[in-house]
Amino acid sequence: MKWLKNFWRTFNRPSVHFSLGFLALGGFIAGIIFWGGFNTALEMTNTEEFCVGCHEMRDNVFEELQPTIHYSNRSGVRATCPDCHVPHEWSNKIARKMAASKEVWGKIFGTIATRDKFLEKRRHLAENEWARLKANDSLECRNCHNFDSMDFTLQGKRAAAMHSTALASGEKTCIDCHKGIAHHLPDMKGVKGW
Amino acid sequence: MKQKTFIGFTLTMAIAFFSTVMTQVNADPINPILKAEIDEEVTAPEIAKPIKNDIKQARNYPMQPPLVPHNIRGYEINLNVNKCMACHNRTRTEESQAPMISVTHYMDRDGNFLAEISPRRYFCNQCHVPQTDAKPVVKNEFVDMEKMVIKAEKEEE
Ligand code: HEC
Ligand code: HEC
Ligand code: HEC
Ligand code: HEC
Ligand code: HEC
Repeated sequence: MKWLKNFWRTFNRPSVHFSLGFLALGGFIAGIIFWGGFNTALEMTNTEEFCVGCHEMRDNVFEELQPTIHYSNRSGVRATCPDCHVPHEWSNKIARKMAASKEVWGKIFGTIATRDKFLEKRRHLAENEWARLKANDSLECRNCHNFDSMDFTLQGKRAAAMHSTALASGEKTCIDCHKGIAHHLPDMKGVKGW
Repeated sequence: MKQKTFIGFTLTMAIAFFSTVMTQVNADPINPILKAEIDEEVTAPEIAKPIKNDIKQARNYPMQPPLVPHNIRGYEINLNVNKCMACHNRTRTEESQAPMISVTHYMDRDGNFLAEISPRRYFCNQCHVPQTDAKPVVKNEFVDMEKMVIKAEKEEE
């Protein structure tokens, strides 16, 4: 306990060697560096390479994404993992990253280390994503798919019928109707609409 | 001398015979669909586009499973889910405005009606297929039953 008291005394004493201006400026610069580093680290984890760096994602969801329209299509626009799974707005992004720390925990302890374990957990994982997208009105989908820019006359009959009614009125959002757009679905027993 | 003429004659005949055979082989290539010989390199035909115009096609006979008139890209049918049933199930048709699977889909092979889709009708694509705009490589000589009936009636008159 003694060393702690000593440390606190030193820490608490006003500086003798450095001017207040130096300290303030130094703190400011260090702040920028840490802040920048933090955001850079954040951006680095915000890429598809990072997401599929662990085999749990590469062998399951990434594999399943590849034959879908969001991986390859006529226009060449791609949706990557963070496009659909990480909010753009900073505070939401931090919240999602905090939740993701729990997923890293899962990685370390091998919660979904095998295909079987992953499939067992899949319904639970999917439900989390559905709940998130339902709560934010499918914000990540809408970052790319703008409702106001949809031309119903160019859509298929089934698509136009649904988009001009249930979607336009706000009664439903993208994820209500488009589950399983990027990956295989879990057992859907009891899910509304299936 | 006579023997020599005979050999000469047979040889000429043989050559004539084989050359006709050879030309016939050329006229009828080994691959009648691509119309090419095995040692020939051909450019692959263009990939046909799916027809997804949402227009129901006429059925060629009453028991024909109707063709799928819409896109089915990425629709999962497996142990966990049946995407088709999310629209075509009895309880889903009000929302989806899709035609309900007919009553035969709820029957087992003994004719009993089940509460849910019969397992033998679970894999829709076994019977219902979408079409592409590909040109048929073999001519279709199918004649509709109705035309045959009309023809038979005319002949009776
Ligand atoms: C990075 C941008 C992006 C994001 C995010 C995104 N999409 Fe897409 N989506 C696309 C592109 C690009 C296409 C293909 C357009 C084309 O070429 O027809 C597409 C196609 C689609 C299609 C058409 C499928 C088909 O077979 O025709 C659906 C449905 C769809 N997206 C739903 C969603 C939903 C639901 C989400 C949210 C979970 C979402 N998208 C998120 C870019 C995106
Ligand atoms: C009420 C149900 C419903 C909602 C809500 C809905 N969709 Fe759809 N959507 C459909 C149906 C049905 C289709 C056609 C069938 C299919 O593609 O599987 C479709 C097709 C599409 C297509 C392909 C267009 C085409 O012509 O085939 C895109 C892209 C799409 N939806 C995006 C979205 C986006 C983005 C949202 C949210 C802003 C959304 N949808 C909300 C039902 C819905
Ligand atoms: C077009 C949007 C889209 C893209 C791109 C996408 N996902 Fe998803 N993901 C979803 C949706 C929607 C769900 C919710 C479950 C469902 O409907 O399939 C989901 C669910 C998941 C789940 C939960 C398990 C499951 O399958 O339900 C994981 C893990 C996941 N995604 C990881 C990834 C990874 C890793 C990538 C990149 C390789 C990726 N996703 C790319 C939309 C997307
Ligand atoms: C998003 C809802 C939806 C899904 C999913 C869907 N269908 Fe359909 N289906 C429809 C609608 C609506 C029609 C009526 C014609 C149209 O609008 O395309 C239809 C028409 C059909 C028809 C034509 C019926 C007739 O009388 O000619 C068949 C066959 C069919 N669907 C089979 C399938 C199969 C097989 C699947 C799964 C691979 C499937 N559908 C998935 C909505 C759907
Ligand atoms: C063993 C073959 C077979 C399978 C599998 C099958 N069907 Fe059918 N289906 C038929 C036949 C034959 C008809 C037409 C005669 C009848 O109604 O029984 C038909 C009719 C239909 C119709 C038109 C009904 C009407 O009243 O116009 C729809 C829609 C349909 N099927 C959807 C489906 C869907 C969705 C699945 C998968 C869940 C499916 N079928 C599986 C054979 C099959």
